[in-house]
Amino acid sequence: MTKRQQRMMTVGALVLGIGAAAALGFTAFRKNMMYFQTPSDLIAGKTPAGAKVRLGGLVEQGSVTRGDGLTVKFRMADCTNVVNVRYDGILPDLFREGQGIVATGRVAEDGAFVADEVLAKHDENYMPPDLADSLKTDTGHSCAPFKSAMQSAMQSSQ
Amino acid sequence: MNWTWFHRLGSPPSFFRFAERLAPWLMGLSLLLIGIACYAGLFLAPPDYQQGDAFRIIYVHVPTAAISLSIYVLMAVAGAVALIWRMKLAEVAVVAAAPIGASFTAVALITGMLWGKPMWGAYWVWDARLTSELVLFFLYIGVIALNSAFNDSRAAARACAWLALVGVVNVPIVKFSVDWWNSLHQTATIMKLGKPSMSWPMLWPLLMSLAGFYLLFGAALLRRMQNQLLWRERNTRWVAEWLKEAR
Repeated sequence: MTKRQQRMMTVGALVLGIGAAAALGFTAFRKNMMYFQTPSDLIAGKTPAGAKVRLGGLVEQGSVTRGDGLTVKFRMADCTNVVNVRYDGILPDLFREGQGIVATGRVAEDGAFVADEVLAKHDENYMPPDLADSLKTDTGHSCAPFKSAMQSAMQSSQ
Repeated sequence: MNWTWFHRLGSPPSFFRFAERLAPWLMGLSLLLIGIACYAGLFLAPPDYQQGDAFRIIYVHVPTAAISLSIYVLMAVAGAVALIWRMKLAEVAVVAAAPIGASFTAVALITGMLWGKPMWGAYWVWDARLTSELVLFFLYIGVIALNSAFNDSRAAARACAWLALVGVVNVPIVKFSVDWWNSLHQTATIMKLGKPSMSWPMLWPLLMSLAGFYLLFGAALLRRMQNQLLWRERNTRWVAEWLKEAR
């Protein structure tokens, strides 16, 4: 083998080796890399009671009720399960029914999720308002951005 | 296939002259495209149905972010060529590309933060996309620092090439982080299989801006490589001749 081929092998082995190491590492820690969990994960009891978690899902249509001051109650859904959420604070501009959001908080004794921070998760669609209006009849928001950590763990163990 | 053009381009003096001719064209065209794209993005494109006018930062954010990844891939490829074939020009490319990459990454991070506060409700979150893009920024800084840690510019470039190769594993992580894991950052709008999820009046300024920023990177890379070559070959006859000519 010439010097050049040796160097080629070294470079190739380095890139492949690090790629394989990263792939194995990230597969093992897949769940920990999730920025948030879904209502399904929460209901399946994947999170310890009282622990601080991030919950991601869609604000269910027609579920938002406002109380005194900034208090707001709504339901968060991920196409299979629904969780009741309470929040007392300022909501982001994009917060609306049907919108994807990520709420940080913990599960209260009554089973509701008490959030102390709510962030809006924007989707990948961009369009002018008139086009959005014409699409409204067949809307149906996508649950695709909300991957259940539990389901993905099951898929990867199969 | 005839490779003489490639070998000729690989020699520092002829590459220098080639870059000298090409760079002004790239720069002019890039400024033209970016100018039109900025005007179209700010005034012609309609506001977004949800974000209103705030979405317009996309015309800077998406091109700089996409190119921050491309530059790293280019750096890694140049690094492999530098290590395997010991090609001087590839060494120069690795070293010259790093500061441009760092700048593009910084612009992408900053514009993203400015957008994040009003839209998400937070400047920064530690989700997979944002964190891996920050790691990309540190990799660029690492290459710059490593390069300046050596006295011998060839040894420095070779060390940078190794780091560029090691770090390239981060590029697919940045790109696919939003698909592999739950993240606050949205998934790809145009750089994906299938139709872009963006209406045409908003899309064409974005594509134009993307092309413009790529050309801007090309022009910056050629100019930085020229400077690097002048410094490295400062004791050669061609540099002396060129300096006399330029004066």
